[in-house]
Amino acid sequence: MGSITLEGVRKSFGEHVIIPGADLQIEDGAFVVFVGPSGCGKTTLLRMIAGLEDVSGGRILIDGVNVVNVPPAKRGLSMVFQSYALYPHMSVRGNIAFGLKMAGLPRAEISRKVEAAAATLNLTTYLDRKPRELSGGQRQRVAIGRAIVREPKAFLFDEPLSNLDAALRVQMRQEVTRLQRELKTTAIYVTHDQVEAMTMADRIVVLNAGRIEQYGSPLELYERPANLFVAGFIGSPRMNLIGGVAAERHGATTIGVRPEHIIVGRGGEGWRGTVRAAEHLGSDTFVYVDAPEIGSVTARYIGELVIDVGDSVKFHPDPVHVHRFDKDGKAVR
Amino acid sequence: MARRISPARRAATTIAAWVVGLVIFFPILWMGITSFKTELEAFSTPPSFLLFHWTTENYATVEERSNYLLHALNSIIIAGGSTLIAMMIAIPAAWSMAFAPTKWTRDILLWILSTKMMPAVGVLVPIYLIFRDAGLLDTRVGLVSILCLGNLPIVVWMLFTYFKEIPKDILEAARMDGATVGRELVYVLMPMAIPGIASTLLLNVILAWNEAFWTLNLSTHDAAPLTVFIASYSSPEGLFWAKLSAASTLAIAPMLILGWFSQRQLVRGLTFGAVK
Repeated sequence: MGSITLEGVRKSFGEHVIIPGADLQIEDGAFVVFVGPSGCGKTTLLRMIAGLEDVSGGRILIDGVNVVNVPPAKRGLSMVFQSYALYPHMSVRGNIAFGLKMAGLPRAEISRKVEAAAATLNLTTYLDRKPRELSGGQRQRVAIGRAIVREPKAFLFDEPLSNLDAALRVQMRQEVTRLQRELKTTAIYVTHDQVEAMTMADRIVVLNAGRIEQYGSPLELYERPANLFVAGFIGSPRMNLIGGVAAERHGATTIGVRPEHIIVGRGGEGWRGTVRAAEHLGSDTFVYVDAPEIGSVTARYIGELVIDVGDSVKFHPDPVHVHRFDKDGKAVR
Repeated sequence: MARRISPARRAATTIAAWVVGLVIFFPILWMGITSFKTELEAFSTPPSFLLFHWTTENYATVEERSNYLLHALNSIIIAGGSTLIAMMIAIPAAWSMAFAPTKWTRDILLWILSTKMMPAVGVLVPIYLIFRDAGLLDTRVGLVSILCLGNLPIVVWMLFTYFKEIPKDILEAARMDGATVGRELVYVLMPMAIPGIASTLLLNVILAWNEAFWTLNLSTHDAAPLTVFIASYSSPEGLFWAKLSAASTLAIAPMLILGWFSQRQLVRGLTFGAVK
């Protein structure tokens, strides 16, 4: 079991408020990703759940028990750090076994569990090596091994893949997701990478300046952003946000249109603009258009669109996929 | 790309390094040589370097006239004891300042160091009176405690700088793994800080071994370490260079040997953190 509930959790350093009050309900077995720009408080929130950071107010419930005054080790959680934080003087075996040793398990049982964790993570041949003799990906697997061997109520991941190169990151992403599915253990994963968030999460928490802007499944966030921040943050390239007369026509202060919902053509209806840049990826064509009426717009065309810089184009949004926002930036449904 | 060094330049730098090394080592070398001279040759001008009548009579005289072993034992107890007690206080102190700092930590660190800014002679009279009234004069307990207190600021500072180099994440990982503060110190922090702890230990043993101000003023015979043993050859009967050198050589020999065998640790500790 591992359901985690936050009730009005606050964090401030003196006058400086980091998290004004967070409420969140994480179901047992869910993979939840905290995503947001740097400095949004996502790591602080994770560290408060871990117990590494004191809470200024509110309650954190793990399986219904308030753990605010419980030390990290007694919360039954395990954490994977961005820097891996392996014990450099211990072998891989020592690193994975450390938590079990601290818990006072019998030696035979420790050894059995370590072997099992190592087998799951393909680390069996490296058990007697020191962390410095391992590659980045292997170190990361040791850090994960250290987390799973304790059979925690939940895993906490603090940007664990950000030190890996791009190819390895994709591979580890899949590995972490697979592992979490197999173990059916609740996981909270902090990242600033929205691709990681979209691909790994059952549910995403979007944070901005310490506030939870939206909590929902990846597609929910993509298709029905609750406000301008989420609309602009989720999705790459960013959603086009258009104000002024064009928005008023839709009965909103701002409208948002995803690049794939901008229809570009040589003629026809819509706004007039000039192509500032065009990226031909083969599978997609990204067209950056400067339009005098509404500013610059990004359009995505599936497939190859024959177009050049300086070309004059007409474009319009797919009316079914226009997101409307009021003057406070909230979505109008 | 590695820099290419011409043989001439390599030779020049090698010679320069040897010259500097010899200059630094010269006082100890000269002391050693003088200890094998007769008193007459010891202060003849110009001094003879190697071509003199080598003799071990100074060592025999020194051994005969004073109880070297007693003083050496006192030195070992005082230097070792004061360093060990200082380490036991300083490791937790440095840990808390390095890993659980408050807004006062910086000030406390400076305040600790400020005691070293005061000349020891400034508090000689009060300390002497306290020692006299507490019956600590010429006792090992008294010297251990005064040297421990005197070196504690340096021990705390050195350990603090070494501990600062250890990533906080690793200690937090240990905390998540269920280690109590004590186990975190023993299983994670101390093994990682071994070079730093070793060099702090060695440096403080050396400092305490050679400390002369307090040992000379607060002990006479029973608890007197080797510093007092050396001093006893410097004044009463005029200067006897050869015997003084023999006594000094005997006094520093243990430190020289210890330093020689632990030089790897010392160098590693003193450059700890420079190269990750």
